[in-house]
Amino acid sequence: MTIVDPKPARPDQADLDKAAGRPEDAAQWTAKIRETAVEALPPQKLLPDRQPAYVASWIYVFGVTTICALLVVIATGLVLAIMGPNWWHVSSTGLFVNSLHLWSVEVFFFAMVVHLWGKFFMAAWRGRRQATWITGVVCFLVSVGAAFTGYLSQQNFDSQWISTQAKDGINSTGAGAIFNVTNFGQMIMWHITLLPLCVLALVGIHVLMVRLRGVVPPFPAKGEVPEGTEVPAANATEVEA
Amino acid sequence: MSADTNGRSTKVRKFKVDRDAAPWHGRYAPYDLAKEFLVALVVVVVLVGGLAVLFGSPDDKPVTVKSWSTANPIDFAQTATTELDGTSGTAGYGPPYNLNGTAQSIGPIIPAKWLGVHHPIDTAQDFVLGPLSTLPDNPEVQAAITEYQSASATQQQAWTAAYEKAVANATYSDGKLVVPKGDYGPVATLIAAETSMARSGALDGALLSSRQFYGTDYTKPLLFIADGQYLANLADNQHLSGDQWGMMNETGSYPGQAWLWLYTLWYQVPPANTSSNGDIQVFAIMIVLTALLALVPFIPGLRSIPRWSRLYRLIWREHYREVERDGGARAAAVPTG
Repeated sequence: MTIVDPKPARPDQADLDKAAGRPEDAAQWTAKIRETAVEALPPQKLLPDRQPAYVASWIYVFGVTTICALLVVIATGLVLAIMGPNWWHVSSTGLFVNSLHLWSVEVFFFAMVVHLWGKFFMAAWRGRRQATWITGVVCFLVSVGAAFTGYLSQQNFDSQWISTQAKDGINSTGAGAIFNVTNFGQMIMWHITLLPLCVLALVGIHVLMVRLRGVVPPFPAKGEVPEGTEVPAANATEVEA
Repeated sequence: MSADTNGRSTKVRKFKVDRDAAPWHGRYAPYDLAKEFLVALVVVVVLVGGLAVLFGSPDDKPVTVKSWSTANPIDFAQTATTELDGTSGTAGYGPPYNLNGTAQSIGPIIPAKWLGVHHPIDTAQDFVLGPLSTLPDNPEVQAAITEYQSASATQQQAWTAAYEKAVANATYSDGKLVVPKGDYGPVATLIAAETSMARSGALDGALLSSRQFYGTDYTKPLLFIADGQYLANLADNQHLSGDQWGMMNETGSYPGQAWLWLYTLWYQVPPANTSSNGDIQVFAIMIVLTALLALVPFIPGLRSIPRWSRLYRLIWREHYREVERDGGARAAAVPTG
């Protein structure tokens, strides 16, 4: 006789209620963090299945394209990291993975720049979305640094030339004392750990902010919200000072 | 201040079209984010794969001290002489390598001085005398080192100046540097030995900064190579020089770091393309421009450019068509108390 273990049943709502959300636990830090997070970003807001009707342009595709390209950059970078920095110089497979890494970076920047300028011409900072805009700009800058250290970590003629030229710019700011572009070991560590972590964190914060505030609405058409209308902060959080 | 329906006071402010956005009370349409993400991911993977198959990626071999001194021993010997007498680019660089040069500045601001020398380099010792002193079983070279180090600075200067002038007309034949006769003291022996050491490949290892077995800091060999003309000539042939917009290029016909176009642009025009403080000037310009870009939501006038450009009408053309169809009925979007 074969005994088959029954598949454990998924906890039903009643069981979940026993494990969380009891009034006597409301003062817990964990409970407060959960309540705050859920209140700010309920599931419907975090992953909505509907968008305002004005979200209907190809320009909106470039944000998600940037994220997809970043995933390919990370995935190919992981393969290069696993195999080590010399691999792609001596293996045709390695060279191909390096090519994937290079071109995903090019696509990433192309999509990111189109996204950035698209958002600029939409004045996407309106309605308390300034922090979303700033995290996007900072993300772009950190990405430039990540790509730059990648070029310095190639161990070929390009990295020799780029590092010996870039040192003058970096040194002129004083940063060369701690950020030595001719130190391969330091540059590859920045490239594969510090800067990608920063980019990923910034992208995560940026996306959460987009979900929190929603996609910026169009400029008012003639007759809608005339300039100078008094806006009460209480029920129009998007325009609060 | 005004009061809400419960009599509580609440802040109000004037609606500014370039800063504020009224809450959307209009229509919502289905939008499958997960599907959009998956389709975009597939498109990106196919696009990247196609580009990688079609174009690959560049991987030009690095220049080594050995390859440089083999391909152009005269340039190498000239550079080594300038490292010995302290007239090379690195020798007179200033912080963070030494205190021999004037760091770049904007007015009284000299950021390179703030942190000082962090990667100390004495080119005569680190690039020439130090590596030569590691040569085993070579009493002639060791005697030349001793003679050079024992001489006065004036004498050293006289030897190297004479040799530097002569080496420009040197030739290399039968594995030897042939320099016109002159009074070079021990310098001729030192530079000839340095050239031989470089061509053997031994100097590449001796220049590595690390005093331990494992090393990843290539600062010294890179700076030595960059002091010569050989690397710059190769770069120029690959359209990588500063006046060729080289900062955003890479070897071959690859797009390189195209996103650095604005940064590179400032090197093509005055004052940066003629000033000895060009690098810090470009950095300063870019810091200001970057700050403006990041803070554009708070800068009146600048934040109005999108509205003035009217490009948003193209992005949201469907929306505005709908608004125009509906006439003024949408004025209800005005937030009320």
